[in-house]
Amino acid sequence: MNTPLLQVQDVSRHYAMGGLLGRGHRAVDGVSFDVGAGRPEILALIGESGSGKTTLARIILGSVAPTSGSIRFDGVDTATLRGRSARLGFMRQVQPIFQNPFEAFNPLKRLDRYLFMTARHFAGAADTAAEQAQAERALRQVGLSLAEARGRFPHELSGGQLQRVAIARALIASPSLLVADEPVSMVDASLRTSIVNLFRTLRDELGVSILYITHDLATAYSISDRVVILRRGQVVEAGDARQVLDHPQHPYSIELKSAVLAPEVGTDE
Amino acid sequence: MTDAVTPVVKVTHLRAYYSTHQFGVQREVRAVDDVSLQVMPDEIYGLAGESSCGKSTLIKTIAGAIRPPLAVQGGSVEFDFGGNKLDMYRAAPDEIAAIRWRHLSYVMQGSMGVLNPVRRVQQAFVDFALRHIGQPMPQFLDTVRAHLERVHLKPEVLRAYPHELSGGMRQRVAIALATVCKPELIIADEPTTALDVIVQKGVLDMIRSVQRELKTSLIFVTHDMAVHAHLCHRLGVMYAGRLIEEARTAELFGAPQHPYTQHLIASLPRIGRAAPTQALPGAPPNLAEPPSGCRFHPRCPRAMAVCQREVPPMQTLPGGHRVACFAVTPP
Repeated sequence: MNTPLLQVQDVSRHYAMGGLLGRGHRAVDGVSFDVGAGRPEILALIGESGSGKTTLARIILGSVAPTSGSIRFDGVDTATLRGRSARLGFMRQVQPIFQNPFEAFNPLKRLDRYLFMTARHFAGAADTAAEQAQAERALRQVGLSLAEARGRFPHELSGGQLQRVAIARALIASPSLLVADEPVSMVDASLRTSIVNLFRTLRDELGVSILYITHDLATAYSISDRVVILRRGQVVEAGDARQVLDHPQHPYSIELKSAVLAPEVGTDE
Repeated sequence: MTDAVTPVVKVTHLRAYYSTHQFGVQREVRAVDDVSLQVMPDEIYGLAGESSCGKSTLIKTIAGAIRPPLAVQGGSVEFDFGGNKLDMYRAAPDEIAAIRWRHLSYVMQGSMGVLNPVRRVQQAFVDFALRHIGQPMPQFLDTVRAHLERVHLKPEVLRAYPHELSGGMRQRVAIALATVCKPELIIADEPTTALDVIVQKGVLDMIRSVQRELKTSLIFVTHDMAVHAHLCHRLGVMYAGRLIEEARTAELFGAPQHPYTQHLIASLPRIGRAAPTQALPGAPPNLAEPPSGCRFHPRCPRAMAVCQREVPPMQTLPGGHRVACFAVTPP
């Protein structure tokens, strides 16, 4: 039995509100799931706004500490990581992709600087030639080339291209897990498909597991192997993507699925 | 016009550009370029397209809500509110002010944009609608309460501040505001995009029932094709500032003609389909330097030599399906 790549064990995060006598708010409430046991997979974390999916992503990335519970990566509790090298080792393995690529990049900094710095810190590139080789390799994997990104500022690229550069930057570190928080919700419809297809390629060809956080059931159905449905910080249903989305069992999952509008013309016209 | 009913709004060869003159550089962004369309009474007209395709600029221009650097370069927007005719860009400012909200209203994406955060909801109704309805205050409030029932809101929301309401309730309030004067035309710009799917479905059902009851015309803008399929009678698709295809919703989804529309509909992810869909190469063009000829030709799988040189004109196919593509109607 393989150790799962990521184990989220009974994780909770409470936020205090209103001082001593105030109510607390449970953003994440006792959530457990595994990612990538045995083989790389895409796990979709589905929830509406306020379901705690972004808080959970932050906890996994280590930018928010859980109130209780633990995150194990490769069998090691991430709370026990101490010191710069252990922290860098974790960051090399787990890379984030954010919702809005225009906010993820500094508008005054050239894109190739990000790629080169990542190559230097996470991929052991010692000189400029190595940095360029790493950047070129990662950009090729997302269907771009260094010539297209070289010396460009974020505003010179379209949202879809910029999101690809963000993914390329994450890939330079050769991560085993990508945490992608709503990666396509800011991207145009005609470019969304290409990003979603790219995730599939990354899983199949590079063996990267992806935690795909989304509110969109349709893309989750199309690319993910398993899904976890969150509501108000709690898991309401989890399992094989096809099975859960074709035959949801929990009343909330059923309601969620029935609210998704099919892109077909209704019969009531 | 051969139709017996006259359209509520008739847009003819409308061109609206953003032009800036900075540091001696003249820049022109052709956000709306030669768009013609008509919206009939009692019809929901959907406008689809990706971000920066000019759909928001088009409806701003139709509503007459334009500010520099956006300016109308040509064409016309003519309204006909039951015989009460008005040409948006030839009418006097006070004539336009008189039709706003009474005949033509607007629902925005962010409902907080129309609600004053420090005043109660009731104040918004008083500010917007009191002078158009022209009733004394007590009767006016009765009218408003009766209208709120139509959008499934309790009269108590009038006493609430906007922050006390949920996103879905606020959007219902915004729709109630836009419909309280029973205007002939409502323009809705992404009114449900910011809402969660379950709330969105409720708001869309409500919009449909209000439209059926009041028989208003609606121009409904969203990039979400599933919402269009669910709500609209007729659908126009925009690409890079131009209207490229227009048809009844069932026909547009069933037999799209333009390669862009075909791709847009074929690539929609849906529950129950796991197979990868094909992605279009390239990205939408920069409207400051649009491609020559058909603006879709660099990404088009059916592009021909003529597409680079000439702009395909809008052609009407049998059944009223309009499309602008040389591959469909050869030059």
